[in-house]
Amino acid sequence: MRKNRKVFSVSFVVLMVSALLAISFSIQADEFTKEDLERWDTEFMTVVIKGEKLFHSALGTNKVSCDQCHPNAANTHPETYPKFQQQIGRVVALFEMVNWCIQNPLEGDPLPAEDPKMIALLSYITYERRGVPLVPGKH
Amino acid sequence: MNINRRAFLKTTGAGLMASTFPMSLVKIAFGGQGPAQDFTFGYISDAHIQQIQGNNFVRNWDMGLIRAVREANLLTPRPDFFMFGGDLAQLGKKEELDHGLEIMSNLRGKVYYVIGEHDYYLDLGEYWQSKIGPLRYSFDHKGVHFVTLNSILTYDSWIHKKWGSPMDRMLAMARLDNPNGSPFMVGEEQLTWLKKDLEKVNRSTPVVVFSHSPIQKIFKPWNFWTQDAEKVQALLKPFEKATVIYGHVHQIEYNQIGNITFHSVMATAWPWPYPESYSQAASCLPKLTVNMNRADPFFERDATGWQFINMHNGKVDVHYQLPDNKNRTVVFNSKIGKPQDVDYQDYNSQIPPQTHF
Ligand SMILES: [Fe+2]
Ligand SMILES: [Fe+2]
Repeated sequence: MRKNRKVFSVSFVVLMVSALLAISFSIQADEFTKEDLERWDTEFMTVVIKGEKLFHSALGTNKVSCDQCHPNAANTHPETYPKFQQQIGRVVALFEMVNWCIQNPLEGDPLPAEDPKMIALLSYITYERRGVPLVPGKH
Repeated sequence: MNINRRAFLKTTGAGLMASTFPMSLVKIAFGGQGPAQDFTFGYISDAHIQQIQGNNFVRNWDMGLIRAVREANLLTPRPDFFMFGGDLAQLGKKEELDHGLEIMSNLRGKVYYVIGEHDYYLDLGEYWQSKIGPLRYSFDHKGVHFVTLNSILTYDSWIHKKWGSPMDRMLAMARLDNPNGSPFMVGEEQLTWLKKDLEKVNRSTPVVVFSHSPIQKIFKPWNFWTQDAEKVQALLKPFEKATVIYGHVHQIEYNQIGNITFHSVMATAWPWPYPESYSQAASCLPKLTVNMNRADPFFERDATGWQFINMHNGKVDVHYQLPDNKNRTVVFNSKIGKPQDVDYQDYNSQIPPQTHF
């Protein structure tokens, strides 16, 4: 009984301190404005456009570009990843197939997953497929 | 035995040790069926020879054309002639056209050429005409009238707008998904020429038109399209037997519009997705077409190929030669007046790789 009271009072103090902190730093975690939405959309579209440029330029050593086989990023199927890629023998993420293309038809070096160029490529590929339902694993 | 031998030939790049190509299931010409005789011709298209620098060219595209030429050289009996369907070069450069022609020079037999947009938009066909010949012409062969069109022209205002350089124009047209591209067309001047050319031809003479773009409207965003297609179709309408064979689309397509049968040919370089794979725009792929198999990127030559064509009773049977895949055959069925795939036309015989999404 005494123990429980002590727990209660400690929790109460923590709660009060947090509330005071929240007010003093004016944290508003779940509120965003129309301007925020517009900004985030612009930020995303800037990366999509960067990805579109990369997708249409030579990323490897032989001047071949992604769009030569994938106009409008068609036939890349971002909605089906991750999926089992029988030639690789395991479930892969989309960036791994992008790297496969950079290394083979484009005869270039693979990009790290978090490379801004890779993120731009994935943004463009996915944007061109917007509205299509997710079907992870589908071949 | 036959299957093993075929598989062997396919994996060794058309075994040069073999004296005959295993699928010479060509029906040889027979006489006495009216003035048009039966014969065969070969069709190679869309090689997209691409220069990297100096004497360095993209190996993958080189290999596609080299392989097609090697395999076509094994055809027995020899076809009467070959057609090249356009896009010999990637960016219309002299070096690319020269390199492509050098590979093509190994092909045994007479070769006719159709010009593609990748050959044209750097110098507007100047080098092509000096090395290969005119951009449009017609000829007669064994009772069939053949016409080659330059169908990749476009609006003069687009061709002659203020480009930074001719290469900028070439790059703009070479980009298939360019939102600022311009639709292909035959053009009024050439339509007048075609009208005159066809006036001399008897209405019962079979006519075959070679073009780079489809003389039908399938998908405008990628120029699977000819803006004045209906005007060409109208000129072909009076003929009992008319066929159009086109490249550009890098995929199997076939269609029937009135009296006109349409067949596409494959690229030796790379396949293109069917327009239905682009979810942001509607397309009109002919309902009749049974798609080629979805390409397996791990096999470099998959979903590329070349074809031999059997001219039979004035109509066309297309035999698609597809490395790393099963060959396809699309024949004209005179009973129903439409082209049909001999194995896959029936919905129940179609296979999962033919579904594209
Ligand atoms: Fe092409
Ligand atoms: Fe083309």
